[in-house]
Amino acid sequence: MSRITKEQVKHVANLARLEMDEAEVEKFTTQLDDIISMAEQLNELDTENVEPTTHVLDLKNVLRKDKAQPWLSREEALKNAPDHANGQVKVPSIFE
Amino acid sequence: MFDKSISELHSLLHKKELSVSELVQSSFDRINTVDDKVKAFMTLNEEGAMQAAKALDGKLGTEEARGLLFGLPVGVKDNIVTKGLRTTASSQLLGNFEPLHNATVVERLNAAETITVGKLNMDEFAMGSSNENSGFYSTRNPWNTDYVPGGSSGGSAASVAAGEVFFSLGSDTGGSIRQPAAFCGVVGLKPTYGLVSRFGLIAFASSLDQIGPITNTVEDNAYLLQSIAGYDKMDSTSANVDLPDYLSSLTGDVKGLRIAVPKEYLAEGVDEDVKNNVLQALKKLEELGASWEEVSLPHSKYAVATYYLLSSSEASANLARFDGVRYGVRAEAENLLDLYKKTRSEGFGDEVKRRIMLGTFALSSGYYDAYYKKAQKVRTLIKNDFEKVFEDYDVIIGPTTPTPAFKVGEKIDNPLTMYANDILTIPVNLAGVPAISVPCGLSNGLPVGLQIIGKHFDERTVYRVAHAFEQATDHHKAKPEL
Amino acid sequence: MNFETIIGLEVHSELKTNTKIFCNCSTNFGAPPNTNVCPICLGHPGVLPVMNEQAVDYAMRAAMALNCEIAEDTKFDRKNYFYPDNPKAYQISQYDKPIGENGWIDIEVDGKTKRIGITRLHLEEDAGKLTHVDGENHSLVDFNRQGTPLVEIVSEPDIRTPEEAYAYLEKLKAILQYTEVSDCKMEEGSLRCDANLSLRPYGQEEFGTKTELKNLNSFANVQKGLQFEEVRQEKELLAGNVIGQETRRYDEAGKKTILMRVKEGSDDYRYFPEPDLVRLAINSEWMDRVRADIPELPDARRERYVKEYDLPEYDAMVLTQSKKMSDFFEVALGQGADPKQASNWLMGEVSAYLNANYKEIDEVALTPEGLGKLISLIEKGTISSKIAKKVFKDLIEKGGDPEQIVKDKGLVQISDEGELRSIVSGILDENEQSIEDYKNGKDRALGFLVGQVMKATKGKANPPMVNKLIVEEMDKR
Repeated sequence: MSRITKEQVKHVANLARLEMDEAEVEKFTTQLDDIISMAEQLNELDTENVEPTTHVLDLKNVLRKDKAQPWLSREEALKNAPDHANGQVKVPSIFE
Repeated sequence: MFDKSISELHSLLHKKELSVSELVQSSFDRINTVDDKVKAFMTLNEEGAMQAAKALDGKLGTEEARGLLFGLPVGVKDNIVTKGLRTTASSQLLGNFEPLHNATVVERLNAAETITVGKLNMDEFAMGSSNENSGFYSTRNPWNTDYVPGGSSGGSAASVAAGEVFFSLGSDTGGSIRQPAAFCGVVGLKPTYGLVSRFGLIAFASSLDQIGPITNTVEDNAYLLQSIAGYDKMDSTSANVDLPDYLSSLTGDVKGLRIAVPKEYLAEGVDEDVKNNVLQALKKLEELGASWEEVSLPHSKYAVATYYLLSSSEASANLARFDGVRYGVRAEAENLLDLYKKTRSEGFGDEVKRRIMLGTFALSSGYYDAYYKKAQKVRTLIKNDFEKVFEDYDVIIGPTTPTPAFKVGEKIDNPLTMYANDILTIPVNLAGVPAISVPCGLSNGLPVGLQIIGKHFDERTVYRVAHAFEQATDHHKAKPEL
Repeated sequence: MNFETIIGLEVHSELKTNTKIFCNCSTNFGAPPNTNVCPICLGHPGVLPVMNEQAVDYAMRAAMALNCEIAEDTKFDRKNYFYPDNPKAYQISQYDKPIGENGWIDIEVDGKTKRIGITRLHLEEDAGKLTHVDGENHSLVDFNRQGTPLVEIVSEPDIRTPEEAYAYLEKLKAILQYTEVSDCKMEEGSLRCDANLSLRPYGQEEFGTKTELKNLNSFANVQKGLQFEEVRQEKELLAGNVIGQETRRYDEAGKKTILMRVKEGSDDYRYFPEPDLVRLAINSEWMDRVRADIPELPDARRERYVKEYDLPEYDAMVLTQSKKMSDFFEVALGQGADPKQASNWLMGEVSAYLNANYKEIDEVALTPEGLGKLISLIEKGTISSKIAKKVFKDLIEKGGDPEQIVKDKGLVQISDEGELRSIVSGILDENEQSIEDYKNGKDRALGFLVGQVMKATKGKANPPMVNKLIVEEMDKR
């Protein structure tokens, strides 16, 4: 049974801001389904009382002092920007 | 020249039998001769490097030239940012990106006065095991250019194996230093998570990524680690531990050492030649006074699934910033949504898209508990497996990879077969422990890697075992012909 | 009204740290675009966040002032969404372990006190600023604000009227200002508010569908927007229509709410724990240290004003509504001013001026020292209250030292008996009819004569003394 549908792939692609034609949707549906099938194998394990691991090291309270330190000039900040105007990064209109 | 060790090079420079300029030039000469075939480099820093070399020549013979790495050329994986030197992570999307700062490891190498000769090719955003996922071109295995060099740090391993540089930096999320080191017959260490700063490493999976050294010998590796490791206030996950002296651990003495060999690491799927080489290595260590026993890491078979869920989930967020707004190659677009979708679809390769899709799916509403959180819990079980074995043993040993290098094109169409290649390296990242791959022989003319895994922050023992084995054998002396 | 109104408020308040939450860039407001930025807040490849300790302290302080329980174990999460002002395409926020939970504040509406629950307070980073240029097909992004620490404060659905919502916001703002964690300037965006409202038939337990109001630029507009929404939803429901899950905005000119977008399901932000930041373990020492730094809060201050200064309850409430006003009051008292007099001035002349000119107390030239001295001058009899009003006008518009102004302008009250007696004598000589009227029992004549003396002295004569002297002089005649 297929675990992943083409509709799910399209929905996920949209969330991830990826554009796909039908052929790609088809391909990713199959491949994701294979990978998720493999992932299903984790369900063999009872993890009811197991704590999830986010960090392998048990570090806590890593904090810095509230002291300002300038770093970049505006010119540097915009150096890599594909498009900018008036010292600001330019993007297509946020309104449709 | 190309098989000289760091201490030999240092002594030549020190005695002024060699100038830094000559040394760096020889590196570029070698690159010019062989990189057409190997394709290890993404970007060369010829002008900058030669200029820096000239400046360092002025210091030769003075107190300022005493550092062991002084004047030595180094290659840096292209996912480690270098100020003003193009850094692409082998992605078309970052084809024009010039970082505004150096990664902490690069700052530390600069402080040690090494010379960055260039940036090394890799699988795009470190996702892959063959370098075939580079957005530009694939690096080839110097031992046989029909074969892959491994990945994702394929350029880093191949450049050292091909004698283009004496050492390089790679990064390892699920085996990306150790697997190419094994395939290319060089030494590669993935340090304990938190030992080396990740600041300036273009993140793939933040909870797994570590930068580490790739070298010709274990001693060189220890030298390099010594200069890049240690606490960094710019990385909140960096461990604030006292840095031990790694060099002094290279005693050659492994008497009484207790080695665990997980039965899962020599199970079905592991090539006979590889298995034999590993057993030979264990025999050698026994001769040196160590003992080994078979143990079990029972959750090993779940590692690949766990890893792909977790690393892809983290990657889906880490790679979201590549949106064409502030940097990178922006696609032509009519509107904002179009800009995002076109930039990312045109800029990313298939493997990167696949992982982003998997990760986005695993985190999405309704699936988080079943996939992402489940994998985080299994990660705990895998970590516990290691802790339990380390209660009774000093190191865990097995092969680095189930097989030697495979042919270019052999696995590229089947992601799952490709993923299975990382089955022996992945658990180490999930547990956050250190592991090294050292050459332990050849199979059909291709190198085989021995993996030595240690306890958290016990790189010293890992190095001690690796060094004792290396010095008792000649495997590290074998070099490819190009 | 056939329905019960349920209102929830979500307030975002920028913390006034020196630097951003994850990098060393300044949070200074009003800098030229993209000058307070670095690779970290620009979300460049390879950068990592490091938590600003002051931001955590401030968030804890705010949570404590709002009577929240402080989490002993708290963490950060990534909230994923693409937008040009969100450089990493995820916002570092807190999902399931906010720094503060289960708090409350007391509000007062129509003289009655009501407790409003606070579900949670969490710490997160602000986004950059997007500007859309009218008539152009592009927008511009300034990342100066990106990474400014924010607290998000979510109320329980305890608010029942738009008036309560207004009172809640006023009280919340006062508390945040008193704790000195935020400027709370809506016009600079350091305080922002989203509101949601739903209706349900009285007696029904289940909540109705709520609509969300966004882009509200003042508390008054929150109230007006909610008032409109309340009526709109009731009409819809009475007409048998269904309320849609919508986001709406308040149109100030049209005095109505306008549909922005229809929500389709809940947004999928794919929250997961931030692997680049470690957990915070907040022990009792840390909590104690932060608690010790919390200044006196409005309710405590209000109580003290009644007890210590003998102010009427009403005065104490009005004065403590804004920390700036209350601080001003206290400094003025330090100059020896009488509390009730100072209160009268602040609630009277000062407030009238501020309201008429749309200004805040720290935006005028008047200083608390100036007001304090002015009041002392009246009390000592140096100037009359009439003259004081003239001096006040100078003080609030131009500032300065009231004693100096009085001296320079020759406004010192004439209290010399001899001098006044001869002025009075002269006035009486010119107004014999008034003397006659006075002697015939017409009291108004006395007032007229006092007025003549004040006029002759340009208001500087000491009024009680003038009164006394006129009576004495008339008796002699």
